[in-house]
Formats: sequence, C-alpha cells, structure tokens
Amino acid sequence: MFKKKECVVMLLAGGQGSRLYALTHKVAKPAVPFGGKYRIIDFPLSNCINSGLDTVGVLTQYQPLMLNEYIGNGFPWDLDRAYGGVSILPPYQGKTSSDWYKGTANAIYQNIEFIDRYDPEYVLILSGDHIYKMDYSGMLAYHKQKEADCTIAVIDVPLEEASRFGIMSTNEDGSIYRFTEKPSQPDSTKASMGIYVFTKEKLVKYLEKDAADTSSSGDFGKNVIPSMLAAGERMYAYSFDGYWKDVGTVSSLWEAHMDMLGENPALNLDDESWRIYSRHENLAPQRIGPNAVIQNASITEGCEIRGTVIDSVIGMGVRIMEGAYVKDAVLMSGVTVGRGARVEYAILDTDVSVGDGASIGRPRGEASGVTVVGMATRVPSDYVIGDGEMISEIKESRAE
Amino acid sequence: MNAAGLIFSNIHDGAIRELTGSRTMASVPFGCRYRLIDFALSHMVNSGITRVGVVTHNNYQSLFDHIGNGKDWDLARRSGGLKILPPFIASFSSPIPDKLYTTRLEALMGVLSFLKNCKEDNVVLSDCDAICNVDLSRVFAQHRETDADVTVVTADVEFGKYEFNANVVRVTSDDEGQILGFTKIRPKSGTECLSTNILIAKRTYLIHLVEYAATKRQTDFYLDALLPNVGRDRFFVYHHKKYYALIGSLEGYYACNMELLDPRVNRDLFCVPNFPIYTRVRNSAPTKYTACAEVKNSLVADGCVIEGRVENSILFRGVRVGRGSVIRNSVVLQDTVIGSNVSLNCVITDKGVRIYDRRVLSGHETLPFFIAKGTSV
Repeated sequence: MFKKKECVVMLLAGGQGSRLYALTHKVAKPAVPFGGKYRIIDFPLSNCINSGLDTVGVLTQYQPLMLNEYIGNGFPWDLDRAYGGVSILPPYQGKTSSDWYKGTANAIYQNIEFIDRYDPEYVLILSGDHIYKMDYSGMLAYHKQKEADCTIAVIDVPLEEASRFGIMSTNEDGSIYRFTEKPSQPDSTKASMGIYVFTKEKLVKYLEKDAADTSSSGDFGKNVIPSMLAAGERMYAYSFDGYWKDVGTVSSLWEAHMDMLGENPALNLDDESWRIYSRHENLAPQRIGPNAVIQNASITEGCEIRGTVIDSVIGMGVRIMEGAYVKDAVLMSGVTVGRGARVEYAILDTDVSVGDGASIGRPRGEASGVTVVGMATRVPSDYVIGDGEMISEIKESRAE
Repeated sequence: MNAAGLIFSNIHDGAIRELTGSRTMASVPFGCRYRLIDFALSHMVNSGITRVGVVTHNNYQSLFDHIGNGKDWDLARRSGGLKILPPFIASFSSPIPDKLYTTRLEALMGVLSFLKNCKEDNVVLSDCDAICNVDLSRVFAQHRETDADVTVVTADVEFGKYEFNANVVRVTSDDEGQILGFTKIRPKSGTECLSTNILIAKRTYLIHLVEYAATKRQTDFYLDALLPNVGRDRFFVYHHKKYYALIGSLEGYYACNMELLDPRVNRDLFCVPNFPIYTRVRNSAPTKYTACAEVKNSLVADGCVIEGRVENSILFRGVRVGRGSVIRNSVVLQDTVIGSNVSLNCVITDKGVRIYDRRVLSGHETLPFFIAKGTSV
C-alpha cells in the first residue's frame, strides 16, 4: 500500500488545434514541437513535477499516436513512479455506454474512476496548449487557504484583448461573482488560463450533474463553471503574473518562439530553478561551420550550421547549408535548408527539406503573415513559397 | 550478441593527471557533451549487449554521478543492465590480492564473481582511454567464425606528435590474423599496431585464465596470462581501420578534442547510422547566440550562452562567453563562465572555471594552458 495522493492532475491533451493548420494535421496540439527541443506538453508536465505533483492523467483523443509515444512511461519528467506517475487516458468502451470525449468536463467525468484510485482531496485540471512556467503548489495553497470549491488561475490581459478570453469578474477578496466567455463589453481584464483546482467532492458532484444534462456540451467554461457559480459555490480567482502564452494560432506560436530570444527573454528556458524537461534524442554537438553567421538565435543538438541564421529558433538535427539565409524563422527538428535557399518569417515543421536556391516567405516587414510548411514537405530546388501561405504538401506536378 | 561487457574505468588515470585528479579516466569530459566511458558503453549497447559491469578503483563519485542507473544508455534493466563493481579486496586468505588492484589482471581477479554470474558465453572488455566508434558485432562475428578464445581489437596508432604517458601493448600477428606475440612498449615515435584493450573472450576461458593467474600470483594480463598461451590457444586480432585516437597526455587530449572539428572525424564518430554515442541527459536549454555573437568553425553543446567571438573551439554544456570576449583554439569544459573582453587561445578550462573580465590567457597548440577544476582567474 502507498500513501494516498493529496492532488491528482488531469491534463487535457485531446485538442486538435485546428488553427495551427498544417502543424496539427498529424499530431495533437500538445505534441507540436516547441523551442527547438521541446513539445508544448513538456511545459505543463514539467510544471507538475517541479510543483511536487507526481500523479498525472493525460487525456488524449485527437491523433494520439505521437503523444502516446512521446510521453511513454513518463521517465523524462521523472513521472515513472511506483505509485502515481503519468497515465494516458484515451476514450474507452464502457459496459453500458461508450463515447468520445464530448468536451473538457465530459472527458474528466469519464475518468472519475482514475481519480478515485488515488483518493485525492483536490484535482488540478490543466490544458496542454499553453507555454508557461508556473508553480501549481502556490495555487493549491491559495485554494486551501480560501477554503474554495474551485479556484481558477487568471492572468491580466490588455482590455482590448479581453474579449478573446473567458473573463472573471472578482470581488476584492478574489472571489468570483461573474464569469463571461468572450464578452463583447469586458468589465474585467482577468482572463482564465484554463487551469482549475477543484475540491474533489464538488468536482464529482457537478460533473455528474453535467453528465445527466443531455443539452450540456460537457465543457468547463461553458457549463460546469457557470453552473457552480449559479449555485453559489466558493469560487476564487488566483492571479498569475509570469509568462503565459496561448499558442493556439500560427502567429502566437511564432511570437512565443521569438520570446525565447534577446538579452532578457520573456520566456527564459535556461532556468536552473525551473527546468523544462523533454524526451531527448541522442544527437551530436552542434557543428558550426567556418563561414557561419549566427546572430540572436537559439540552436540545439545535432545541428550543422554553415549558412546564416538571424533572429531564429532552430530545432534538433537541423542542417543549414552554405549560403543559405534564415531569418525570423522557426525551424523544427530535422529540417534541411539547401545551399543558397532563403527562409524568412516562416515556421517549417519537422523534417521539411528546402531545396537549393528555394525561397520561402518574405521579409517580416513586407509579409502579410507567417508562412507555414507542414511536416516532411519536400520543397524542390528554386521553388518559391509566398508570404502567409500554409503548405502541407507540394505535388510533383507543381514542382516542375 | 551473446556477450556481457566489462569496462575498466581507471586503468589509465596516470596518463592525464591534470584531468583525473578528482575523477576517473572514464568520467573525463570529452567532445562537448560526452565522457570517455560513453564511447565504450555505446559500442556495447549498439551491438546488443545488455549486461555491463564497470570496474572501479578510486575517485569514482563523478563516474557514479554520470552513469547513474544506466538509463541513458538503456541499461537500466531488471535482468542484466549496468552494474558498478567497486573494488574487491579479499578479507581472508584467498588467492585474490588483499590490497587494491594495480593491474588489469588483478582487477579481473576482483570481479570474478561478476564473470561467473553472467549467463552470456562471451565477455567484451574495454578501457576508457580511446575515442573511436567500433562495431562490436563485426568483431563478434569474426570471433565466432574463427572460434577464437580471445579476439583482440587492434588499431594503428601514430606516436611522436604529442607526449604519451602510458605503456601500450604491441600485437604481432600472422596473415591469418592469428596472434604471434605481445610486447609492452612505451612508444616515442612511429606507427605501431596496438591492442586497443577492446577484446572479446570466451567467458569460461577468461575465468580459467584469471583463476590460474590468481594461484600463480601473476600480475600482467598480456604478458603473464595471455602470452604463455600464444600458439596453443586460439588468439586472433581484429583490425579496426576507422578513426581511433588514444589519449595519453593532456596535449593528446587537447589535440583529440580539436580533431573533432575535422568533418571527416566528426562523421566517423558521431554520424554512423545506428551507432549513436549515448551520454547522460542533462536537460539543458538550447544554446543561445546573442546579437553580438560570432561563432565560426566550432562545436557547441546545449545550454550555452554566447555573446562573444568563438573560433576553432569546443564548448561544453552550460558555458557562458561574455560580450567582447574572444575564444580561439580552446577546449572549454562544462559550466565554465567567461566574463567580458576576455581573450583565450589554446586554453583548456576544466569544469566550473570562472574567468573574470579582461583576462588574457594563452597556451600553444603543443602545450595548451590548463586551468584546473573550479579555479577562478
């Protein structure tokens, strides 16, 4: 027998991330690579272990193959435990009913048994689509101190952007009196980060109630939170003021990468006190060629840089040949940029190969948007891909 | 591969005293992110060996730290896996020496119980003083084909360019690869065909050799245990023709690191398909090059922050190079912090060295300037 767990984490990782277009054709959003050697899900997983939370259920649904393989037994995050650790929770067939996860709350509802096994007092709900470093233990302590039934992490956003988020209106003591999803006239700038601590009993009660309501879409933001508020439960907002970025769109994903660069980066990954762990590949050190020019860039293992890299984030095992020019770009693992090719203001997904002399995107000042090239696309020599295009394959006929 | 592995972590510690003052030869850092033992371990793992014993002598804390439970080499196994073999000193009257071993043969006497407990039919022995990428499965195939008792991997090594502070074993063989003799030499110049100390032996044969040696109080593996049996037992050579570098002095260590900048050497070592060199994962962030960085012809590990100029150098994990600093022809070990406007040329900084602003340090290609672990300049 092991000691029971005080808090179990449920990480929602089933999101499709359709606004990332070509980047999520083959993988779920949490499995999208980030920052050269990470995937988005490394952030919540690392936050968990750094916060002392070692029991995590990962709820998968959309394109789970990569995610399952990546998480494995959880060893890279120190989540391979004798009791607890990481478990992958896909939708399953039950005795009386079987269903896909209808919504975020419904996904948790279908896995109440998993939570029960550890008999926790609290359940922490996370989503796998944000880039941030956060100590959840502070939030849990706040939840206990307020004797709350539900605590929602919030971050201050500019008033003009508030209408894109779920907005919490709070009293002076932090208690929430109103929650509005994407309000047209926001009266507060406290946006929900999609991170909830529930007292388990209350969570179970409201999830059961929600499941019984056939008209509900089984979603925390739309159904469960409003219904708890309406019932007058103790709901509190926990303010977070660190770096947090929803990387749900191509431009926000690009911006988050750029936040890694510069003298005092907004997103500092070189932080001994709060490491972000990831599953490593065994690659050789970076080889920097005699004519390389590298300015303001983040480069990782296995790369071979012979050309020019400016203001860019370069993933594992990327090869940039002589005379190639890469600026304002995010190159994911295994990308090759041929001789004399140009890549500007673009995101190239895993294993894209850019032929000699090809040109992708336009200089940032002139471009209409970030150019995206999807996984393993082969861009022929001297081929041109314009600004803002989203390419997931190039047909041979076009390659002429 | 039907073999267990046995790695000697300390045998050549005397060769580079500067780096082995506080660590074993096996845990000497090399090539941005590796330790010397990574090569021996990776050869074994890549050839399908799943049981490896690591023989230790002294100063093995850094080694334990590095290899942990062997997970990073996929050697954390329920059956077999990585086993650290601390020194064995016989407490009662026993043929095994009652003091800490001083030779390979005595070390083998101390790990007899490991050898006896293995289930594999063969044992691969390896040292930690060489940089190479050997396909052991080929050596093994030959070992089986020739039905050898012992197969010794040999390589041609050129001497004279750098100081060399260790004894080596010259191997002579006939056209069929049958070994004719072993000679212990201290080479000064010329090219010699040497034993790499990587060898495959039939396990029962090796146990028999070692047990016999113990009763006879023999001390030298090649001269006492193997040599008298040459011609009688089946000893063969396997000649390794790819890159092989033996580290026998600080100058040699420096040169060997520098050779990694040669794309051909780099390919031979690190880019062999299906033969990666594994090492301990440190979870460093990617390396950051700031707007004023200027890096040419160098190898760089993860976790560095580079604000200055780096040329023809090897930067290990977590190195900081401050603004306006110029690092040339240097080997900068992990967590070295270099301030601003520093100039380094032909310098080796050991782990955790701190170099304050405006220092100018220089050695020469043939005599690199060494700064000991944790020193502040």
